[in-house]
Amino acid sequence: MCQDCGCGDPDVVPIDVQHRILAKNDATAEHNREHFLDDGILCVNLMGSPGAGKTAVLEATARACGDARRFAALAGDLATDHDAERLRVAGIRSRAITTGQACHLDAALVHRSLHHFDLAGVDYLFIENVGNLVCPAVYDLGQAVNVVALSVTEGEDKPLKYPTMFRKADLVLLTKTDLLRHLPHVRVEKIHDALARVMPVPSVIALSALDDSGFGEWLAWLETKRAELEVPEIA
Amino acid sequence: MHEYSIVQALIDQVEAVAASNGGGAVHHIYVKLGDLAGVDSDLLQTAYETFRAGTGCDGASLTIERVPAQWTCPRCFVPFQRGAVLHCSNCDEPARLAVGDEILLQRIEMEVP
Repeated sequence: MCQDCGCGDPDVVPIDVQHRILAKNDATAEHNREHFLDDGILCVNLMGSPGAGKTAVLEATARACGDARRFAALAGDLATDHDAERLRVAGIRSRAITTGQACHLDAALVHRSLHHFDLAGVDYLFIENVGNLVCPAVYDLGQAVNVVALSVTEGEDKPLKYPTMFRKADLVLLTKTDLLRHLPHVRVEKIHDALARVMPVPSVIALSALDDSGFGEWLAWLETKRAELEVPEIA
Repeated sequence: MHEYSIVQALIDQVEAVAASNGGGAVHHIYVKLGDLAGVDSDLLQTAYETFRAGTGCDGASLTIERVPAQWTCPRCFVPFQRGAVLHCSNCDEPARLAVGDEILLQRIEMEVP
């Protein structure tokens, strides 16, 4: 109650909070991350524009790796399970997360999907995020690494237009490089320059899912990241 | 339009803070938003005005403080110009984001018994 004038109005006081608004998502993401670490799984959050070639990259990854490693994938999609079906055909254990109108996956969506998804024996879990270069960058899912697919047809300055997404990337996969011979105006060095202005440690692998070039380097990168996982020792 | 899901998380958090401080009416909310947070402040404000009705934030206005992104060298602390290559040529070090990616509920103003 106001003590100054006896007006009867309640006191209004400031309460200091300093709390991350997405703290609940971050806590769920941490929970997911612990599950993946316990099982020795490298979880990759694969993001990119619609049509950047995310699904084609995963199909070609399974093809290039053969039986040496076991892959699983959660495929985020607004309206269909087409990507998950394509991945199943490619030999990747997969499950669709149909988001309806939601433009991104969050940690709770991933967590709920994991309850219905057998990850036994899996080495790599790819979370193919909804095709979008804005919203998915905001949400931690529990991944070990963020990978962004950027196709050579998207424009050399794309990284400058979406700095939040590319800042969060541990690796950029430059996709559809087989098209470069038809695109004399596209200068790959300009894409690298744009990335250097939004990523403090630019890391890029050029790929083609059509002729499988670059997949050796991509698989080696995945193996390195998986070897770096700090899997808790079983007592 | 992930701003709507951020507003939902914001309202949940404000309601929890208000409840743990006596449950009085909330008058004002202060949020800090980095330019590299991936959240549009105008859309966040619009989403807030749309969703606050009928919640613990019904009578609370929202102030958003924008925080410009600031990259610096972790060794010599030289700031980088906007749009520069994020590598310090003097120290051969990658730049570090000092501020500019926060999505933070700073404080609320509320009635107390």
